[in-house]
Amino acid sequence: MINTNLQSQGGASGAEGAASRVLVLGIGNLLMQDEGIGIHAVRQLGSRYRLPENVELIDGGTSGLDLLPVIEDARRLIVIDALRCEAAPGTVVLFRNEEVPAFFRTKLSPHQVGLADVLAMLSFKGTAPASVTLVGVVPSEMLVGMELTPVVSDSMDRLIATVVDELTRSGVKCEPLPPSNPVDQ
Amino acid sequence: MSQRITIDPITRIEGHLRIDLDVENGRIVRSWSSGQMWRGIEKIVQDRDPRDAWAIVQRICGVCTTVHAIASVRAVENALQLDVPVNAQYIRNMILCAHTLHDHIVHFYHLSALDWVDVVSAAKADPLKSARLGESISEWDGNSRAALEGTQQKLKSLLASGQLGIFSNGYWGHPAMKLPPEANLLAVHHYLQALEVQRWANKIVATLGSKTPHIQNLAVGGVSNAIATDSEGVLTIERLSQVKEYIDKLYSFIFNCYFVDVALIAGSYADWFSIGAGVNDFLSSPDLPTDSSGTQFMTPGGYTPGGKARAFRSIRSFGDSALTDHVAEEVKHSWYTYKHGDAPLKPWRGETSPNYTDFQDEGKYSWVKSPTFMDKPAQVGPIAAVHAGIASGHEPTAKYAQSMLNRVRSLTGHEIAPAQLNSTMGRHAARAIRACVAYEALKNNWQMLMDNIGRGDRETFNEPVFPAGESQGVGQVEAPRGLLSHWVVIDNQRIKNYQAVVPSTWLSAPRNNNDEPSSYEVSLNGSAIADPARPLEPLRTIHSFDPCLACAVHVTDIERQKTIEVAAL
Repeated sequence: MINTNLQSQGGASGAEGAASRVLVLGIGNLLMQDEGIGIHAVRQLGSRYRLPENVELIDGGTSGLDLLPVIEDARRLIVIDALRCEAAPGTVVLFRNEEVPAFFRTKLSPHQVGLADVLAMLSFKGTAPASVTLVGVVPSEMLVGMELTPVVSDSMDRLIATVVDELTRSGVKCEPLPPSNPVDQ
Repeated sequence: MSQRITIDPITRIEGHLRIDLDVENGRIVRSWSSGQMWRGIEKIVQDRDPRDAWAIVQRICGVCTTVHAIASVRAVENALQLDVPVNAQYIRNMILCAHTLHDHIVHFYHLSALDWVDVVSAAKADPLKSARLGESISEWDGNSRAALEGTQQKLKSLLASGQLGIFSNGYWGHPAMKLPPEANLLAVHHYLQALEVQRWANKIVATLGSKTPHIQNLAVGGVSNAIATDSEGVLTIERLSQVKEYIDKLYSFIFNCYFVDVALIAGSYADWFSIGAGVNDFLSSPDLPTDSSGTQFMTPGGYTPGGKARAFRSIRSFGDSALTDHVAEEVKHSWYTYKHGDAPLKPWRGETSPNYTDFQDEGKYSWVKSPTFMDKPAQVGPIAAVHAGIASGHEPTAKYAQSMLNRVRSLTGHEIAPAQLNSTMGRHAARAIRACVAYEALKNNWQMLMDNIGRGDRETFNEPVFPAGESQGVGQVEAPRGLLSHWVVIDNQRIKNYQAVVPSTWLSAPRNNNDEPSSYEVSLNGSAIADPARPLEPLRTIHSFDPCLACAVHVTDIERQKTIEVAAL
């Protein structure tokens, strides 16, 4: 059900802020080194910036259809994931809207099948986000391990800056937090 | 001369599964089920604190995070012989039931109905006739003509756009599609409604588990939900009332829509009760414990060899040797090696050392291991649970099984025997039966929790105490896809070995040491395939198992883009 109650004030609770909800969704497997970059990035974003209440940071793990209720009713969706492509490991890449499904068809992210299906289902239902951005990092290693490789870890600042830039473009005010006072989300 | 068909990847599933078929004269003569991603994830918890394992291992799968988390805490509790407060059992039970309902609804409508429902045909239906059909089979109040017209309009614009989106992978117009346009429209309409309903089940998991997709409320020894009747930030009566609202909302859809739709599809495709039988020995676990030590359960489990109720061997408790003595894993046809040759290993002694050889028809061909029970493959999943229920006189299972079989009989005029549940359609029917059982249990657990709180019991956690030296435990869960077991060996408060034997491993395994096939292969061998270029029939059968290879095996490479390769041999 589409919520038409446009409320952009802070303090929106439950479905009230749904129409303006901005979702930053990190996906990936935390147990497979660089595969988990999306999750690491969402955590970093939450500890480096104070974000308005209509912005939600979600650790989506490797979920497929479980993301249905998570994504539904977000007006703006930004997905962060590990993406395999020709570029060098650590490269940050960005795709917007119609580029995203085209990208999905090339099957470079291990999670896209689930996510592409979820977006297609929501678009049939009429509750898909109005805009979707995919921000990715080219992984170096995806073996069993909970740490990022150095080359991908080094790309974190660029990755966060790209996401913050994308949020700012959507009119979201991202307020940097002092590094000495990180707030865990 | 046979023709080799490779379906890779199988779509509309989680994870990466490849199926190879040799086809002769329109029949599958031999099949290979191959997991295409490596699974070695258990190694990551070695040497860690057993109390942390659940939060890590729930990440081995994106779909069944919840059941992996529960299996893990149960494994450690079993190793420590640690009791769990009944409130914690009730809360876990509710999470498990709601998760099961979510899985079954999504599996039927969103992952497999499109194998039976022709969406292109639905666009040609008369919405009034659809509404009348809906009215004639159930009390579900979402079947009005206006609502059906709305769905049809959405569908028509989607088809007109040329971008089929979610429907782009279907075999529309395939000769094996048999539903009339009106039934197809009704099913597409319920597909949309189910997209809404699945959220309600998810809300229950999220409210009790503090978060989805990864629940946060577990602890070895109970749950971290503090129960209070007043304060914020804990499980309050208000939150429990919200949970109850969602439970109540789910009722009508499950009983009047999902259960009825499964019967309608089953009645329209009754020949599929004779196609797709898997291994005929069934294994399930008792679940939904109602006492602290895991010896009293709301749903029974056990081993039913040959599907014969008289041969049923009950598994009576968590860690029962009736289970643990007989489970082993073999790797003769899997891309692993064991240190001491091919002899089967008990999961507590399990090894995960990769040995990739390329795809060998007669040798190794999968990243999935072959689990065995009493040295033979077993079928886990909804049919196994229904067999265990019937064999042990579990009243809710018997009641809903009878109701399903009666409905199908009234639609087809033919009697369907319980033995025919071991089939492609039987798996859908058994899942709908289980959904009703899970719904009742969900409601009852909520009431039991409220009653217990009313008696003043707020306990949700017992502090774990680690004995010196080595101990081992098993965590059993009757998960949506079937028996899930986590096996842990603890040495001085550190994990020494950890193995997860997951439902899809039992079902999708390559052949075992005696070259006996597992359920996926058994179910395909001998069945017909009308058009090798559009292999709808094997997809129907494989989808009926609710494949989830994301944890049976794990991520490496899915860069191949081919979906079907057809090669004449």
